[in-house]
Amino acid sequence: MDPIALHYDVSGTDFTCAGEASGKIKKALKELGFPTSITRNVAIAVYEGEINMVIHGGGGVIDAEITPECISITLTDQGPGIPDVSLAMQEGYSTAPDNVRQLGFGAGMGLPNIKKYTDEMVIETEVGKGTTIKLKVFVK
Amino acid sequence: MTVDKLQEILGLTYLCGEESAPQKQIDGCYCGDLLSWVMSRAEAGNIWLTVMGNINSIGVAVLADISCIILTENAALDDDARKRAEENEVVIFTTDKNAYTMAAEISKII
Repeated sequence: MDPIALHYDVSGTDFTCAGEASGKIKKALKELGFPTSITRNVAIAVYEGEINMVIHGGGGVIDAEITPECISITLTDQGPGIPDVSLAMQEGYSTAPDNVRQLGFGAGMGLPNIKKYTDEMVIETEVGKGTTIKLKVFVK
Repeated sequence: MTVDKLQEILGLTYLCGEESAPQKQIDGCYCGDLLSWVMSRAEAGNIWLTVMGNINSIGVAVLADISCIILTENAALDDDARKRAEENEVVIFTTDKNAYTMAAEISKII
């Protein structure tokens, strides 16, 4: 089949919308017949990305490209960038504000969770300009 | 075991999702309130014991394939969370018991 391309905008302020893009991608993958383990892994990784965009990135865009062999996701924001990526990748390290923590986020698990649930993860970030995260989940 | 059977045995009170409970299969249980932590550690089919009744909890339950949420210690379910749960057929119960007591009861029957 030809690759299927999906595109979503993520609001930078509205926590109640976070999860919409990941929910839609999960639904699309289910309808295409991907196994539950694949749809779940992709959905969790994208959701963490969406939450990061709302908390830190001022919103952004999510693009997905789906083939029978691989699901590729690109998350792009024009936020403040990540000054120290290796620190941000450590479980438990968080710069989330208190109001976000009260909602149950900010445990410092976002980026580590994305890595855990994907086969490839590349972070391109520049302080003051933004962050792009490219993910791949292979269908074995 | 299905979620409707769990409700029958433990006498849980539905907050929403009763009609989809017979289709939800239970596999294990997880307790936690930090959403990313839960999403990372909970497994598909788990019962989820939490006090977080906000709209983002519903997102986690849907994406992580949670079989049902039990809001412990009478924790509140926000109105927008209830609406999102109904749209996504998420089963939510309430109990006055704490997570420890609830989990101990669950461990005897699943």
